[in-house]
This record gives sequence, structure tokens and C-alpha cells, in this order.
Amino acid sequence: MRISLFITCFNDTLFPETGKAMVRLLERLGHTVDFPFEQTCCGQMHYNTGYQEEAIPLVRKFIDVFGDAEYIVAPSASCVAMIHEFYPKVAERSGDAQLAKEVEEIIPKVYELSQFLVDELGIEDVGAYYPHKVTFHPTCHSIRMLHVGDAPLKLLRKVKGLELEELPGALECCGFGGTFAVKNADTSMAMLSDKMKNIESTGAKACTSIDNSCLMHIGGGLSRKGSDTKAVHLAEILASTEENQ
Amino acid sequence: MSRQTPTFQETADAYLNNTQLRENLGHATHTIRDKRADIVGEMPDWEHLREAGNKLKKRVMRHLDSYLLQLEASVQEAGGHVHWARDAEEANDIITGLVKQQQVDEVVKVKSITTDEIKLNEALKKEGIQALETDLAELIVQLAEDEPSHILVPAIHKNRKEIRDLFREKLNNKELTDRPEDLAEAARLYLRKKFLSAKVGISGANFGVADTGTIAVVESEGNGRMCTTLPETLITVMGIEKLIPTWQDFEVFMQLLPRSSTAERMNPYNSFWTGVTPGDGPQEFHLVLLDNGRTNVLADEVGRQTLNCIRCSACLNVCPVYERTGGHAYHSVYPGPIGAILTPQLKGIEDDGAASLPYASSLCGACYEVCPVKIDIPKVLVHLRGKIVDEKKRNGSLKAKLDPEHVGLKLMAQAFKNSKRYERAQKLAQTGQNIFVKDGKISSLPGYLSGWSAMRDLKPIPKETFREWWRNRNE
Repeated sequence: MRISLFITCFNDTLFPETGKAMVRLLERLGHTVDFPFEQTCCGQMHYNTGYQEEAIPLVRKFIDVFGDAEYIVAPSASCVAMIHEFYPKVAERSGDAQLAKEVEEIIPKVYELSQFLVDELGIEDVGAYYPHKVTFHPTCHSIRMLHVGDAPLKLLRKVKGLELEELPGALECCGFGGTFAVKNADTSMAMLSDKMKNIESTGAKACTSIDNSCLMHIGGGLSRKGSDTKAVHLAEILASTEENQ
Repeated sequence: MSRQTPTFQETADAYLNNTQLRENLGHATHTIRDKRADIVGEMPDWEHLREAGNKLKKRVMRHLDSYLLQLEASVQEAGGHVHWARDAEEANDIITGLVKQQQVDEVVKVKSITTDEIKLNEALKKEGIQALETDLAELIVQLAEDEPSHILVPAIHKNRKEIRDLFREKLNNKELTDRPEDLAEAARLYLRKKFLSAKVGISGANFGVADTGTIAVVESEGNGRMCTTLPETLITVMGIEKLIPTWQDFEVFMQLLPRSSTAERMNPYNSFWTGVTPGDGPQEFHLVLLDNGRTNVLADEVGRQTLNCIRCSACLNVCPVYERTGGHAYHSVYPGPIGAILTPQLKGIEDDGAASLPYASSLCGACYEVCPVKIDIPKVLVHLRGKIVDEKKRNGSLKAKLDPEHVGLKLMAQAFKNSKRYERAQKLAQTGQNIFVKDGKISSLPGYLSGWSAMRDLKPIPKETFREWWRNRNE
């Protein structure tokens, strides 16, 4: 299957390892990965902060870059949720009926990684090996906007050597929220400190998730605390094998 | 609007540092949250009920003009009087005028946020009329000369010991313990005398039924029943959005409201009255219909759903932001997620405090999930952020336009339009960060970003972006 990788600007710049892991994983599963170079950003940060006019050219760009793709897969639930939930709104704002039509057509082709593997490909066991205690933080946008359900957990349960620890208060927000983490930094930190308490109570070596934005926030807090627990994207766990850890 | 309220950011910090407050709130919200989940879980048709509630309220908003006239006619037919108030000032003038006609200097009140919204008690006080709050929590707030911090549990920020001390002082009861029963008994003894002597009662309304003219108030303590039945004159202040079309619609709302608010199958006291009944209850009834910004909300196609709210406060109890900061940080009688969308629409986004509220959310969506009338609060928050930024672009001061977030997002928007420019920006960031990297991490950032680094490290931007790796790999 030919899969077009939407890396997202955030992962491209800050977390290239996640992208590399995704490529390794998808190729290991026998698929061809394509990376269109013209891609930039989905526009979520602008849209959610209120810079909605600025999101219009980015939606057009996304359509130009990925319009012909068969499957578009991204390692970020919130960027995919932006496309599913808000691209129609952006198109409406632009007043361009053609754009609205193209948005409508592209949406069913855009997947978050775990959703793509479990719901579209029907795979749960990707042949991964990760001999560590891990806990999973379900991000708000993945659960309440994109409705990925327990797809990530299904994948984690099949990883060899992995000991999955349930995270108390899992469904509570970690406090990231995009520019919220900077604009309302103290409130964001109050939310994060409770999340970290819960993560550390599991004794896990890694806290995983399907969004590096939440993980950057969680990992940044854990690092400052001097915690042994690391934040690791799900793709990196799934890409690990006995040979290649 | 010249009077500006402080922003959420400015105020929240003080409350976040109050560990007692955070403990009180964390405990209280989690308890109500869990109870709500249990009692809603009993209902196999909960999602259908939510859908029905949403549709009914949508219909009300679509035909609000004709339903309001229908309500007016129904109330008049049942012997009540109807008054229309464009804003708080008009409403207060009407009400103080009505109270003065009765020649009394004291009125008893049922808990009503709408009357808090228009600052009715202050207006009455100016005319020498004392408004006595009879809901236990409202009484606590009033005696403490404090402000409510929750829609349903106005004194949620106070614990038992604080209340005991307050009652010892204000109710002159030196031996009082902090047992809940004793505190309630002290309030009961104080209020009972007031109920029996009051000539005028003032209430809000949970619902007003267009086809029968019936007004409904639901409550837990029975004080509302006293206020609406014992005085000779009853004045009800109702926001125009509190309408429901027919009596039968209670079937939906009387299931949605108690389960979502107090996590009960039914409220202990449900009072309904239709105009006046000779020889039974108040012989004079006045309904004051309040706009106070609501028609502006109605005019906004996305924002309009805010008016569906039935004030259950389920969104406050699940909100991770409200749970940490408490209600006072919102500087409004409507705190929490619903307040974050209602206040800026009622007050207008020209007010700095009101304009900060749509940003007081991580957009986690927990509020939408529990809303009994399906108000998509995150979507309205984002919509309002859009309006705020559009307004800033049109009429913002130079200072607002030089704000680092504004400048940064504008520059990034330009970079993202073109992948070449975007790659150059990536390179710039890689080099630019060098002065901040220490021991393989960034622990201190300047200005706008300092909030991030105060308690979180940042991993430096790696030397090779993903696209560079891909390019090298495929060469």
C-alpha cells in the first residue's frame, strides 16, 4: 500500500525520531512510504489561537500537496483532528466552494497512525519488542475529537516484552493545550503536576502517547523534576524490534 | 466600555497558589463528577435525552420572538404582570419600583444567578431595601461579603471551619460547631423568622413555559418553596433564553437538569406556579424578562448555542482549569467553561477580562462531553478566539500588534505558506536556540516563552530535521 506521510511541522522540526520510526514501522509492514516535500503545517496552532484567516492558505496547501494521495497518515492525533473537525470551518470561512468540496473529499483519507493500523489495516501485532514498563496517556483530542478509542492500547498490548501499566486519571487533560501552555502557564503546570504524579505512581519507565505536543509538555516537566520516566511517542515503541532497539 | 476587568491570567495565579482552595475544589469537583457519572450511567437513553434537549433549545432560539410573546400572553391570562428589561439598569429600576410600591425595606430571595448578573442586591440596597439570600450557600457568600464561585455551589471555595467562624460572628452564635447539621440548623433558625415576615419574594427561573405561562424553580433546601409561596408579592427575573415551548418539554429537562447538576434523579423541591391563584400563595406576580446582551448572542450563528444552557454546572465540575483556579478567576457570575463562552458574549470582547476567558481552556473537550444540551463549548471557544483576533487586527493598539504572540504567529503563517521559506525558518530556529541550550536542554527562555520554561525543560531542536533525514536517505 502506498502511504503518504504527513509528518506535521512539529514532528519534522522537533521530533524527527518519531517520523523515522514511522517510516521504519510502515516499511517493515510492507508498505511504501511517500513524503511530499511541499508539506508544512496543518494550521492548528493558528486556528485554535484565533488566527483563522491565516489557516486558509495552509488548508489550500494541504489539499495541493496531498489531494492525490490514497492514504495520508500522521503521527499526531490533534493535527488529524484539526483536519477532520476544523478544515470544513476554514473552507467555509474562505467562501470558496471548491475548497470546501476538496476538504470534504480529503477528510476520509487522513488518519492518525494507530487508527490507521488498527481500524484501516486491521493489524494489532506489528511485531514490536520493547522490554519496559510503559503507561499510556490518551490525549484529549485523540479521545474526544478524533475518537480513536483504544486503538493505541490494542497495539501496545501486543508489543513483546512490554508491561502495560494503567494510568490513574488517564482521561484528564495533561494541561498542554497549545498556546494555552504559554498563555496560562501556571494553570497548565498545575494540571501537569497532577498528571506527573499519576504517571510516576505507575512506576513506568516510559509514558507514551500519540501526540508529541502533549509529550513534550509531559516530558519537559518530568525532566525538570529529575524523574527517571521518559516521554516516548507510540511510533517509536512500535518501531522497536529485538534487532533494532 | 471603559471599565476593564482583570484578565484570567492575571488573577488565576493567586488562586493557584492557595493550596487550601485547590484542595477544597479538587475534592468537591471530583465528588460531584463521579456522582454525576454514576447517575447518568443509569439512563440507557441519556444520549437521546441530550439530543432532545439540544433540539428543543434550538427550536426555542429559532422562534424566540414568537415564544416570548406567547409566554407574555399566557402569564397575563393567568393573572400575572410581565415587564421587559433591555438591560440590567432597566431590570433593576422595574424591580426596585415594584418593591417600593409594597412599602417594605426587606425582601427574601431564592438563589438566582440572573439577579447576581444584574447586581440586583446592590441596586435594592441603594434604595434602602435589604435583599436577604435564603439559599444556604448564597447566605454564606452574602454574610461573608464575598462573591459566588460556582453556579450551583456558590460557596464551594469555603470549608466547614470557615463557615463556622463566619456564622459565629454574623449570626451571633458563639457556641456553634462545624458539624454540617449544626451549621444548617443555625441558618434555618435565622431564616425561618425572615420567611414568615417577608412581604415580597424575589426569584429567578429555571424554566418558563410559553404555552401555559408556568414558571419553574428547582432546588434542594426548600427555601425556594418558602420564598415563592409565603410572601404576598412574588417577582421573578428570567433571562429570555430560559423559555421552553410546552409543559410536556419538562419530560426532557426535568431528567437532564437534576442528573447533570446535583447528580440526583429528581430535585428535592420542584416549584411550579402559573400566574396567581386566589387564596393560595402570592396574590401579585410579576415576571421581568431580561435581555442584557442575550439578543447579541442570538445574532451569532455559532455563539448562539450558548443560550441553550440550563445552568446545571456539569461543565464546571469536569473542567481541569476550573478545578485548579476556582470560579473567582473568571471575574464573572458565570465561571468555568460555560462562563468562558457566555461572559465575553454578554459583556463584549472589548473588555480585556472578558476577552481573556476564551483562552482559559486547554480545549480538552470534557465540558462538551457532559453538557446535557450538547453545547459544543470547545468549538465556541475557538470561534470566539477568532473574533477576538479579527478585532485585534482591525482595531488593536500598536502594543497589541507588537505583542510577541501576534508577531510570531503572523511570521509563522508566512513561513508555512511555502516549504522553502519554512525550511529556512527551521534552520534559523536551530541556530537561534544555541544561546539557550545548556547541558543538552533548554531550561530558561525569555519573554513570552518564559512561562513554558519556568517549570518545564525543552529539548533542543535536533540538528537534522525529518525532511533532511529523508532527503539524505533517498539521495
